[in-house]
Amino acid sequence: MIEITLTVNGREVTAMVEPRTSLADFLREHCRLTGTHLGCEHGVCGACTIELNGEMARSCITLAAACDGQQVRSIEGFDDDPQMEVVRAAFHAEHGLQCGFCTPGMLISARDMLRRHPGISEQRVRVEMSGNLCRCTGYAGIVRACRSAAATLSACADGTTRQGE
Amino acid sequence: MKPAPFEFVQPRTIEDAVRALAGSDGMARVMAGGQSLVPMLNLRLAPLERVIDVSRIEQLRAVEERPDAVVLGACVTHAAIEDGRVPDPTPVGLMRRIAAGIAYRAVRNRGTLGGSVALADPSADWVTTMIALDARIEAVGPDGRRSIAAADFTLGAYMTALADDELLYALCLPRYSAAARFGHYKMCRKTGEFASSLALAAHDPQRGYCRVVLGATDGAPLPLERTAALLAATGQWSEGLRARVGQAFDEDCAERRFDDYEQDIHRASVVAAVREALQQ
Repeated sequence: MIEITLTVNGREVTAMVEPRTSLADFLREHCRLTGTHLGCEHGVCGACTIELNGEMARSCITLAAACDGQQVRSIEGFDDDPQMEVVRAAFHAEHGLQCGFCTPGMLISARDMLRRHPGISEQRVRVEMSGNLCRCTGYAGIVRACRSAAATLSACADGTTRQGE
Repeated sequence: MKPAPFEFVQPRTIEDAVRALAGSDGMARVMAGGQSLVPMLNLRLAPLERVIDVSRIEQLRAVEERPDAVVLGACVTHAAIEDGRVPDPTPVGLMRRIAAGIAYRAVRNRGTLGGSVALADPSADWVTTMIALDARIEAVGPDGRRSIAAADFTLGAYMTALADDELLYALCLPRYSAAARFGHYKMCRKTGEFASSLALAAHDPQRGYCRVVLGATDGAPLPLERTAALLAATGQWSEGLRARVGQAFDEDCAERRFDDYEQDIHRASVVAAVREALQQ
């Protein structure tokens, strides 16, 4: 066992972990943050997507021990994030989820995508979101939600600029 | 779907990493981003006793620009290359384009250039790219440093010229002239998955360099000499070249004994890469 200290959703957490513990299991079982879901456990399905030092990562193929001293943000840490509010509302309005299992990963991936590619095309959304699988196959709604969130975020950005002028 | 127990060490310097490797009797693996190693541990495909996490070694993220080459530290991530946060040795941003096609952004944020090359998965993009770009693999072990040509580095699927106690610490990529032309074709049935076929063509008349390489086979990437000679001797793409490139490719890989399907998809990739290089 080794001791690690990391910041999870703004709170410092210190724990003893086995080196083989994934960050996903650490979040779920030690921190009791069960919004991070485990689907494939080998980095393909995207359900476990979190943010590590501000960049999204797969928590099922990241060792908790390797994250000592780092900043982790799971879906629970996005409650008050203004961009995530827009993405969440769009998934709600556009029926971007059915069973909800893939949703935490979808939301984090979508937010990250929209920050990197504002005004993204539908084709590009499909490529960028291809690392997140929806076993309900509700992709039409997910793509619509991403496009709708992109439109809302661009409108907000334009509004900010105008107010700034 | 959980790894078997292993010991975990996190050296802070290259020297400490080499010492940790030397003291492991060949039962250790180096982990950089862990984007291939951890899935293999989760699936219990990689039996080992010790994981040496080199992600905290600052020197491994170093980038050096020389007049004739770009040296990228082994722990430079795919995302850093994709975003252009490190220099691209090609004038057309070939490295950026290849990086952007690797797996998914969440994986590219952690996966590294050096880790991918050292693992030597035949379907991985960088393994083939490094040969096509004539990179040199910089390794360090208890006996000091050495430099290995990428073409001599990958010996087969998951097999490299690295000794058990050696660490890949950087990749040295020669710079290409403004006259250089490149082609790249990756065939996947699903976005982001490992390639079914992968071909790269690089032609720099100013340096007198021309190479065409086929990846995503069941072994080491295959340099295609006849195909490269044809590319070097041709000025412009015309549809008549399709059959000639295909024939050169068939001759180049006569000894690899691909089945009909593999031969067809690999031929299509190589033709597409050569065509792109000639259409630029």
